[in-house]
Amino acid sequence: MNATQFFGLTAAALVGLGLYGLIVNPQPLRKVLAFNLIGNGVFLTCAVIARRATGAGMPGDPVAHALLITAIVVSFAASSLAVWLMLRGLDESGASSLADDDSGDVSRNAEPGRCA
Amino acid sequence: MRVNLLGHAVDQGVLLVLAVFVPFAGVMAGLAAGGAHARRIAWLTLFCGGCVVVAIAWIVTSSETPLGYSVGGWSPPLGVALRADGLSVCMMLMVAVVTVAVGVYASGDFGQGGKGESRSGLVFWLLLLAVWGSLNLVFVSRDIFTLYVALELLTFAGVPLVALDGRAETLQAALRYLLFALAGSMLYLLGVFLLYGAYETLDIVLLSARIDGQPETWAAIALMTSGMLAKTALFPLHLWLPPAHAGAPAPASALLSALVVKGSWFILVRLWIDAFLGVVSGPFVQLLAAMGAMAIVVGNLVAIRQQRLKLLIAYSTVAQIGYLFLLFPLAMSPQDSRQAIAGGLMQAISHATAKAAMFLSAGVLYGVLGHDRMADLRGAGQASPITILAFALAGASLIGLPPSGGFLAKWLLVSAALDTGQWWWVLLLLTGGLLTGIYVFMVVVRAMAPAAPDWTPQRRVPRCQQYAALGLAMCSFLLGLSALLPVDVAQIGRAPVHAIGGS
Repeated sequence: MNATQFFGLTAAALVGLGLYGLIVNPQPLRKVLAFNLIGNGVFLTCAVIARRATGAGMPGDPVAHALLITAIVVSFAASSLAVWLMLRGLDESGASSLADDDSGDVSRNAEPGRCA
Repeated sequence: MRVNLLGHAVDQGVLLVLAVFVPFAGVMAGLAAGGAHARRIAWLTLFCGGCVVVAIAWIVTSSETPLGYSVGGWSPPLGVALRADGLSVCMMLMVAVVTVAVGVYASGDFGQGGKGESRSGLVFWLLLLAVWGSLNLVFVSRDIFTLYVALELLTFAGVPLVALDGRAETLQAALRYLLFALAGSMLYLLGVFLLYGAYETLDIVLLSARIDGQPETWAAIALMTSGMLAKTALFPLHLWLPPAHAGAPAPASALLSALVVKGSWFILVRLWIDAFLGVVSGPFVQLLAAMGAMAIVVGNLVAIRQQRLKLLIAYSTVAQIGYLFLLFPLAMSPQDSRQAIAGGLMQAISHATAKAAMFLSAGVLYGVLGHDRMADLRGAGQASPITILAFALAGASLIGLPPSGGFLAKWLLVSAALDTGQWWWVLLLLTGGLLTGIYVFMVVVRAMAPAAPDWTPQRRVPRCQQYAALGLAMCSFLLGLSALLPVDVAQIGRAPVHAIGGS
């Protein structure tokens, strides 16, 4: 296995773990962490793609690097917005789970009259 | 194309940059100026931005060629290009109209700015402009990474709108919406990187020429599509939508339901119709439309069972999103994609105007009655007949009665389905219209019942709010007359190979 394959598989594993965590965990903090895990997998993919340019004698593909930096900044902003919403929710309701009212099943929240 | 302005030759394409720049400049100015001036700055921005959008529409429709611009003079594959074709122009005009109408309504809610109101008023006006600017960026982007950035801007503008009143339920709805949206955009971003790795370009036009059926292309298509489906709330990924859209204040609900979900839908149209046209086919587009079909049936049935007006309207959005996805199998057919694309576009526009009108009407009714319980709507028709008229006209457009925009959209989709021999979608369109009729009539009939003898309205609702809803409903109802337009605007900028085909 060469380095590219190794990093590619690692990225795939990170995305997979992150997706699993995002779907399975009802606690919002874990969901945000899982989202960051997906993000790291995605960024690693981009870094591997950028690294291909070393074949042409360059230190890396600058376009891919630019994309990567933008994406990291955006996902950082997204995480902080999620954490802010979580903290506000905690202040207002005292509960920190997305499942406190529906025991993990999001669909039940959509029952008539439960939310308006 | 260059024009002479004050002695300088200026590229007309710079208007595309302005369409994005003006709203965000308004956001910055409003943020700096603070609460008291936010509304005035927002109106000034709406006026300037509206002029820019009208100018773009005028240039594109009169020359019948798309308007393009390379930012900084760098052309793709290295630079970032913007492009407004017929689809973009129609969507930009629709968004401008809905934004202005919502602004008129919100002047009643957030305009006076009492002590406690001023903060949420400031936030609302800034987010209104931010939603508008990010949607304009979605419509004029020509490369898939700019689309990602636009999409994230749209998410960041949309999520706080849900939690504008800061109650615990709405905060939770906003968090759930944010998590769905973030998962969606990460999947999309992974797809973008895979496509860049495979084809070394991000530009949609270049991509459509280079694309072929490699495994990583299929992975990218699957990732990007499922990401966008989560953001558009297509069944079965719609779970976040009803609490988020029903919990927001009325003008915010109108923005979210009418405009924000259309952003990610438009990206899917761009990708599937423009970039991936060469590789996607048969079973995949049928699968997309089958999910749309499920959305129509389930969304409508659940809407009928709702006890609250705003939840009913939110579930109606879930159903109407389904229609938007019928575009894909019909437009992919080898013969003629013209009718299907025009029909899908018409559905997007008529739903946006009608749904905004419905949410604004619901806001007025909430003001008049003090609640939005379905069982207890009587008297609303007496207190505010204009609002019920607006709701009924918007409902007629959702059902698809002539001459509404919804009628034209369904007519175009039905004829496209019959022309391509996909008769099963016709049955679905007719059933969907029938189910929609049930809940629209339920609301109108209950609201028209006479009030209890000693009943008085809770609050006088400003006239401007009632007329904002009525104006949008009239737009949606009369949109069907656009069939009489001399130019087929939706086809401007489409490559002739998609347009001529079987005609």
